[in-house]
Amino acid sequence: MSGILGYGVYIPAYRIKTEEIARVWQDDASSIEGSLHMKEKSVPGNDEDTATISVEAARRAVYHSGIDPKEIGAVYVGSESHPYAVKPTATIVAEAIEAGNDLTAADLEFACKAGTAAIQMAMGLVDSGMIKYGVAVGSDTSQGRPGDALEYTASAGGGAFVIGKRKEEVIAEILKTVSYTSDTPDFWRREGASFPSHGGRFTGDPSYFRHIANATTMLLDATGTTPKDFAYAVFHQPNGKFPLAVAKQLGFTEEQVRPGLITPLIGNTYSGCSLIGLAAVLDIARPGDKILVTSFGSGAGSDSFAIEVTPNIESKRQRLVRVSDAINRNKVYVDYAMYLKHRNSIRKW
Amino acid sequence: MERGVAKTWRSANARYNLTGVQCTNCKTAYFPPRMVCAKCGRDTKMVEKKFSGRGVIYSYTRIFVPPHDFTEEAPYTVAIIRLEEGPLVEGHLVDGKKPEIGASVRAVFRRMYTEGSEGLIHYHFKFEIV
Ligand SMILES: [Zn+2]
Repeated sequence: MSGILGYGVYIPAYRIKTEEIARVWQDDASSIEGSLHMKEKSVPGNDEDTATISVEAARRAVYHSGIDPKEIGAVYVGSESHPYAVKPTATIVAEAIEAGNDLTAADLEFACKAGTAAIQMAMGLVDSGMIKYGVAVGSDTSQGRPGDALEYTASAGGGAFVIGKRKEEVIAEILKTVSYTSDTPDFWRREGASFPSHGGRFTGDPSYFRHIANATTMLLDATGTTPKDFAYAVFHQPNGKFPLAVAKQLGFTEEQVRPGLITPLIGNTYSGCSLIGLAAVLDIARPGDKILVTSFGSGAGSDSFAIEVTPNIESKRQRLVRVSDAINRNKVYVDYAMYLKHRNSIRKW
Repeated sequence: MERGVAKTWRSANARYNLTGVQCTNCKTAYFPPRMVCAKCGRDTKMVEKKFSGRGVIYSYTRIFVPPHDFTEEAPYTVAIIRLEEGPLVEGHLVDGKKPEIGASVRAVFRRMYTEGSEGLIHYHFKFEIV
């Protein structure tokens, strides 16, 4: 089956601390840090959006893969914060990675799992022989309603993967992917609305836990594996707490999950989230390691992947920008007023 | 309006990817792209040249009174960058580190300006101090 040829992530430089948001709303910062396992989150610059984040991540992925971008046959960008309502982000990305014009492209939306849906679509085209290489991006500049619990986690960032199937180029083979999907109204945003709405406690058991558990169990059954067979497991991470809880429920250990748990450092990057978690694990994985990834998108669905790292991963590492470097480069802390300005919530008169 | 859209579309590769030209005779590189080499005139061929995006700050200035499209962005810094391939290029610096002459930069992809809330979003290279 097809596999990963290269990957890249991009996180904006700005950060706001949990305690700074809590200060404004008179919340107890330590209890929020305790319940969400969140220290700080990323904030986009006022000249950054899903297109710019996607471009930076995709450029790093293409460079890491070592392919000629002219041979890319598909570009898919998954996001719930595309800059235009009508006009694809994917065409901007394709132009900016110099993929030429002989390709197909489209934007996807499925709350936090549009990035893994993009990977599955690229895999389908590669495995069928319709294209040689596909680029799948998941990225977001998500917004929480001011004062809402989501404001502590909704952040900005993205990940991009180059998909292909030539054995000598694949750094991690995708052994199997399955999905579990249902019509579940746990989280939504209507056209033109600035902020999403959510079903409060409904976002837990019937949505996040049910979909991730079902998709992961289906994958384990389909591959004849058990949690012990995997060196690492990455679950969608809307906060720092849910992925550890779902892992425990499914029989994975904290040691398998910790290396890919990035949300406590940067927040929930929505469509970027599972992709950045997978990238963090690939940064340290060794040939032969198996990785399980299960995303979750409200609405709702989960995509689950079984991945096996190949020896090619070592030789490509010199071209890699690691997740830890992408997170820690140039960090700039902002206060709540600057945060509002960055989100265009206050403007000059 | 329509002229603006066409101009935006034609220059996308140069604006997104810092693509200029190079003289095949004397190897001088130019950005923005031009038809004729300043040294060799018309007796040579110009070919497309993709710049690495790496360079150093040659000069910079802080803009407090901006043109109309940049009202929301001001104050901001515009710099002249000496690209490692030779040419001087003007570009905005993204926020972050304090600019200094000679500081190393790399090109990044950012929003330049938007035509109100319903018009086009213009993307462009800017420079980040590394
Ligand atoms: Zn010349």
